[in-house]
Amino acid sequence: MPVLVNLPTVLRSHAGGAKTVSAEGSTVGEVLTALVGEYPGLAGQVINGDGSLHKFVNVYLNDDDVRYLSALDTPVTDSDELSILPAVAGGAVADATAGDRAVPPGVPRSR
Amino acid sequence: MTAYGSVLELIGNTPLVDITRLSPNPDVRLLIKLEGQNPGGSVKDRIALSMIEEAEKDGILKPGHTLIEPSSGNTGIGLALICQVKGYHLIVVLATNVSIERRQLLESWGAEIIDSPGSEGSNGAVRRAQALAVEHPEWAFLYQYANPANPKAHYEGTGPEIWKDCPEVTHFVAGLGTSGTLLGVGRFLKEQNPAVKILAIEPPAGELVDGLRNLDDGYIPPIFIDNRGAELLDGKRIVRPRESIEWTRRLTEVGIFAGISTGAALAGAVTTAATLDSGTIVVISADGGWKYLSTGAWTDDLDVVTERAARITYF
Repeated sequence: MPVLVNLPTVLRSHAGGAKTVSAEGSTVGEVLTALVGEYPGLAGQVINGDGSLHKFVNVYLNDDDVRYLSALDTPVTDSDELSILPAVAGGAVADATAGDRAVPPGVPRSR
Repeated sequence: MTAYGSVLELIGNTPLVDITRLSPNPDVRLLIKLEGQNPGGSVKDRIALSMIEEAEKDGILKPGHTLIEPSSGNTGIGLALICQVKGYHLIVVLATNVSIERRQLLESWGAEIIDSPGSEGSNGAVRRAQALAVEHPEWAFLYQYANPANPKAHYEGTGPEIWKDCPEVTHFVAGLGTSGTLLGVGRFLKEQNPAVKILAIEPPAGELVDGLRNLDDGYIPPIFIDNRGAELLDGKRIVRPRESIEWTRRLTEVGIFAGISTGAALAGAVTTAATLDSGTIVVISADGGWKYLSTGAWTDDLDVVTERAARITYF
C-alpha cells in the first residue's frame, strides 16, 4: 500500500522538486527503502549505508518522531503520512562555522 | 509574605495551575506550570541565572565583565535582566527583523545591541556572536545549547518544584528548544518515579528548516547528546502553527494568557490525554503572551495568524 511522504525543501531537488511523494511499504524502513529506490539521489541523505537513519534526519509518523516509536520497524498503513524533516534546535543551526569559543571552557564539544 | 533582597530571588517557584477543564478526558488531570511568572517573563530566567552563577563559580565571570549573547528571545531577555542587577555588561547580537517588544525589553534592561542583518535570521546572529566571541576571548559566551548549567537549573529547580506540588504526576510535557527543560526535569522526575513519561513537543520550525542548504547543517544541541536525551525521552511530537495558536487561544478560557509555544505544548498534552484512561499531565508554559501581542495571535483571523506564525521565534 502506498504511504504519503512529505519531503523537506532541502531534499526536494533529489525527488524532481516534489513536496510529497508516495512509496510502498508496511514499515517506516520499507517505505524509506522504496523511496530511495525510486529516487537514488536520496541515498545517503535519509538512510545511511548501514541502513540506519541519518543523524540529522527526523522522520515523523503522523507527527510522532519514529525514533521514539519502533524506529524503522514502526508499522505503517496507507492512511498514515510520513514527514521527513532535518534536525534543528529552536534558534540554533549552522553551528559548523563556530570556533572553539562557541562552547564555554570545560564543556566538551559534542559534534 | 516577605521582603525580597533582589528581584533575582523571585526566579523559580512558579505556580502550578489545574486546567483539567481543557482536558478531553475528565479522568486525566491537566496542570500547567506558569513560567511567565518569572521576573523576566519566561522560563529562561532560570537558566540565565544558573549559567551566570556557574560562570561566576568557575571564575569565568568577574565583576564588570562583558557577556555576549545572540538570543533575541527569552534567554537574551533573562540575561539582560540579571546582568543589569549584577552589574555585568551584556551585548546582544540581534537580527534587525525581531519584534520591537524584544528590542525594547533588551534595551530597557541596559543591554547593548549589535545589529545583524535581518536577511540572515537568527543563524546570522549566532554566527556573528560566535565570531565576536573569538575576537574577544575576554568576553563570556554562555551558549545555552552546550552549557550544563542549563539542564542543571531544571534538575535542581523546576523538577523538584513539580514533584513537591504534584507527586502524582504521570506525564511531563514541554517544548524541546535547547532540550534543557526536558533533560533536567525529566531526569529528576524519573529518579523519583521511573514510570513518569517525558514527552517533547517540537515547535514548527519552518523558517529554520527551509534555510538549510544541506542536511549536515542540521543541529542537535550538545547538551541533548551529553545527557543521553534520546534515551530519556519517551516521545517526541511536532505540533503545527495552527494547532499551537488554537490552543493558545483556548487557554484564555481558563484565564491564562500564554505565549504561542505554550499552545504547542498544551496541544501535545491534550493529544496525550486523549489516549489515556487516567493520569496527571504536567505541562510547561514557557512564557506569557505579552511579547506576542503584535502578532495578532488572539484577535486576527486564524489563517492569517497561522501564516505569520511561521516567522515567529517561539522559544
